[in-house]
Amino acid sequence: MDGIHDMGGMHGFGKVEPEPDEPVFHAPWEGHCFALNRAMSYAGLWTIDKARAAREELPPEVYLGSSYYKKWELGLESLIVELGLAGSDEIGAGHALRPGKALTRKLTAAEVPNTLTRGSFARPAPGPARFKPGDRVRTKNIHPATHTRLPRYARRRVGVVEALRGCHVFPDTAALGQGDHPQWLYTVLFEGRELWGDRAEPTLQVSIEAFEPYLESA
Amino acid sequence: MGHDEHPHEHDHHEHDHSEHGSELSEMQLRVRALETVLAEKGYIDPAAIDKIIEAYETKVGPHIGARVVARAWSDPEFKQALLADGSKAVLALGLLNRVGDHLIAVENTPKLHNMIVCTLCSCYPWEVLGLPPVWYKSAPYRSRAVNDPRGVLADFGVTLPAETGIRVWDSTAETRFIVLPLRPSGTEGWSEEKLAALVTRDSMIGTGLPKQPNEIA
Repeated sequence: MDGIHDMGGMHGFGKVEPEPDEPVFHAPWEGHCFALNRAMSYAGLWTIDKARAAREELPPEVYLGSSYYKKWELGLESLIVELGLAGSDEIGAGHALRPGKALTRKLTAAEVPNTLTRGSFARPAPGPARFKPGDRVRTKNIHPATHTRLPRYARRRVGVVEALRGCHVFPDTAALGQGDHPQWLYTVLFEGRELWGDRAEPTLQVSIEAFEPYLESA
Repeated sequence: MGHDEHPHEHDHHEHDHSEHGSELSEMQLRVRALETVLAEKGYIDPAAIDKIIEAYETKVGPHIGARVVARAWSDPEFKQALLADGSKAVLALGLLNRVGDHLIAVENTPKLHNMIVCTLCSCYPWEVLGLPPVWYKSAPYRSRAVNDPRGVLADFGVTLPAETGIRVWDSTAETRFIVLPLRPSGTEGWSEEKLAALVTRDSMIGTGLPKQPNEIA
């Protein structure tokens, strides 16, 4: 979706503010919010892409006005309510008012060390890759109202395939609960001027990780 | 923090503090309510929640990435393996029991500086760097890294030669990137442990450079 989350190249957000000796979590609730997200995603009821979509679908003013972990909290609440795992009346009350649903997986403390490793998103390829390193490609001019990983600033731009990264779960369908639909993934490199025009920093190159359906030959 | 820097002793800090305080307590209540409901429904085990927090606060962090970089600086064969397949090479190092797929190490050279961003959300190599800092997830960084990386570097107090190429990697998929920074000169013969002390988190994101030998005791 062409949402506020798609920030690459936007102006007006000001300086980056590094924080010396930054703690991992700035308050206990941030750690709990993070861990609740991890524990609930372990249950397997949604994909990483659906969780991202839930945060992207927050109203723009909420997205911009909320700290990072507040967005995670709001996104988690919306998934839990959407899937009928709990009602907003229960979250408001701070207590379960009805019995829970049966989950197929529940994260135990003993299993936590095994969840510190990223899952694999590689999948068997349904067919040969269409492009190879060195190929010139143009990103498509797509504007789906749902989740996509082709950023706005890199649409309808000509770049060069730098690397083939394997065949992966396709976020655009996985976010909709429509399955993995594995797609070839490429690193595509753009010159700064192709993205930002003549006034671009002359030494700049930017790459994105682009799924094959985002690309056409150029 | 020195005593004279205590937040309550400066007006502007006090103001910040109270504003944060009201949001924090609201969020503290909201997260507690959610956690209680999820636990009462039988969906989560509170002991698992505590264990996850502990792991990310105490076990996973940029000290792991620093060891990876120090090894790559010391061992050309490891460096080649790391650049060829980051996940496999880091696993072989033995610092972690498992490493997820698609970790990609990108090498800085005197002519090229790499910088990692996720313009769409907050993708970051957790296994080797821990959880990302607030600035990495913030609108200023996500918006500017791809079109004004030198301006971003200036925010970090870093200036590169004008002729140095800048390569920005937008983490738009499940590949994850770590920068292999340039080894500082004057470190010939150093142990891996000593080299690792030069490797900052930001140098592995590309918003900083490693410390110089005279910066560590």
